[in-house]
Amino acid sequence: MRYSQVTPKEIYLNRRRFLAAALALPIPAAAATLTAVKTAFNAGNEKITPQKIVTTYNNYYEFGTGKDEPAKNAPKWKPNSPWTVRIEGEVAQPKTLDVDQILKLAPLEERIYRHRCVEAWSIVVPWIGFPLSALLKQVQPTGKAKFVAFESFYDPQQMLSSRKAGIQFPYVEGLRLDEAMHPLTLLTVGMYGETLLNQNGAPLRLVVPWKYGFKSIKSIVRIRFLAQQPPTTWNLSWPEAYGFFSNVNPNREHPRFSQAEEERLGEGTVFSPKVIKTQMFNGYGDQVSKLYASIDLKRFY
Amino acid sequence: MNRFLSSPWTKAVLFLLALVPLGVLVWLVWEAYRTGNPTDYVSANPIEYITHYTGDWTIRFICFTLCITPLRMLLNRPQITRFRRMLGLFAFFYGCLHFTVWVVLDPRQNTIPAIWDDIVNRRYITVGMLAFLAMLPLAITSTAGWVRRLTFKRWKKLHRLVYLTAIAGVIHYWWLVKSDIRLPLMYAAIVTVLLGYRIISWMRKRKPVVDRTPQPTVSTS
Repeated sequence: MRYSQVTPKEIYLNRRRFLAAALALPIPAAAATLTAVKTAFNAGNEKITPQKIVTTYNNYYEFGTGKDEPAKNAPKWKPNSPWTVRIEGEVAQPKTLDVDQILKLAPLEERIYRHRCVEAWSIVVPWIGFPLSALLKQVQPTGKAKFVAFESFYDPQQMLSSRKAGIQFPYVEGLRLDEAMHPLTLLTVGMYGETLLNQNGAPLRLVVPWKYGFKSIKSIVRIRFLAQQPPTTWNLSWPEAYGFFSNVNPNREHPRFSQAEEERLGEGTVFSPKVIKTQMFNGYGDQVSKLYASIDLKRFY
Repeated sequence: MNRFLSSPWTKAVLFLLALVPLGVLVWLVWEAYRTGNPTDYVSANPIEYITHYTGDWTIRFICFTLCITPLRMLLNRPQITRFRRMLGLFAFFYGCLHFTVWVVLDPRQNTIPAIWDDIVNRRYITVGMLAFLAMLPLAITSTAGWVRRLTFKRWKKLHRLVYLTAIAGVIHYWWLVKSDIRLPLMYAAIVTVLLGYRIISWMRKRKPVVDRTPQPTVSTS
C-alpha cells in the first residue's frame, strides 16, 4: 500500500471529531503525557477521584455555568501558543515568561491533594506542578509587595459574557504574599500523568489545597505583586458568601452552602452518596494554620 | 377541536406525557445503580443532579397549570379547564419528589434539626418550603367533594394560593443560583406574563369599559 492511500491524519481526526460531535461527547482535547517525580503528598492515602469526573464536572464559568458545559465547550478553544505569563508590579525585575520557560524553573512533582469546592463537594486529584514560589522568586519582589494578584485568560469572542455568567471577567484572584510563597501552593500544569485539559485550566493554573476551589485560578496570564489586597471575582459578586481568604472552614456558616460536610464525588452509590466531615483548612492545618495565627478566621473568612 | 379537548383519550395521553419526566429519571437512576457508574447518567454529583431535575419539573408544571386559565379565555374553550387539576397535582407530585430527594438522598439533611436549621437559615430553602407548603392545601382540596364542602367561591379563593407558590418558586430558584440568573429570569418572565394576564382581565371585568362616544357639550356662554 502506498503512503498516499493511507487516510491522512487530519481527515481521520476530523472524522473522530465528527463522530464525537454526533454522539455529543466531549472531544478529548490532546493531553500529552507528563512525567513527574512522585512525592510524599498523598492526601492521607484517600482514594483518588476517577479522572473522568475531574475532567467532566467543572466550574469554569468562562466556558458555561453548568457543570457539564466546560467539558463540552472548552475543547474547542485553542490556548495561545506560545502561552505567556506577565509578572509585574512591586518587583525588581518584571518578566514575561512562556510556559516552556516556566516548566524549566523547577522539577515537576506529582502531588495528591484534596480539592474542596465551596459548593460542598470534594475530589482528590493527583496534580502535576511545582511550588509557585519557584516562579515568584524569578522576579525579585520588593519590600512593598504584600499581596499577589492573578488574572485568567479571557476572550469574549470565544467565552461566555460576564453578563450571562453573572460574574466579572477576566476572572481575578489573589493571595497574601506568604500564602503565595507557601510550599503547598502549587503552580500546576498537569494532572493524572498528563497535561491539563482546557476545562481544568490549561495550560497553567494554581492549586491552593487549603482554600475553596475558586481560589485556585485557571489559565493564568498575569501575575502582579501589590502593596494592597487585590479585588477577587467571587468576593465582588457576593462579599458575605465569598471572602478574600476563603480558607476551608467547617465552622464558618456560609449563607448558601453548608460547609460542615462535603460530598466526595465518585464514591458511594446513587442512593447513598459518600458524605464526609469537612476538615479545617481542608486537612492542611498542620502546614498552614500558623499563617493565620494572628487573625480571627470568622471575621477574615 | 372541541371533540379533541373533550375526549377522554386526550386526558389519558396528557397523563402519560406528564409521567415521562419521572420515567426518564427512574431509568437514569436505575442505570446509574445497575452499572455502578452514576457519572454517565446522573452526573458526578447525583444528589445535585436529581434535586435539580425534580425541581425543574416542579416549576415547569406550575407554569403549565397557570397556562390553563389564560388559554381557556384566549381560545374561548371552557373544556381546557378539565386538565387543570391533573397538571396542578403533577406539580405537587414533582414538588414532593424534589422535597423527598432533598431530605432522604442527601445525608446532610438526615435529621429533623438539620432540616429545620436549613429551612430557617438559608433563605432560598425558606422560600422553597413556602412554595411547597402552599401547594399542600391545594392538593388536599383538589377533589370534587372538597369543592362542594368549601363552596365553589371559597374553594376558588383558596386555590389562588397557587400564585404564591409560583412566585415563591421563582424566588427559590433565583436565590439558589450562584450568579447565572438566566433560567430563573426566564421563569420569572413566564410567571409575570401568566399572572399579569389575570390581573389585567380582572381589572377589565371590574371596571366596565368607559363609554368613549363624544358627549354633546353644553355651552355656558
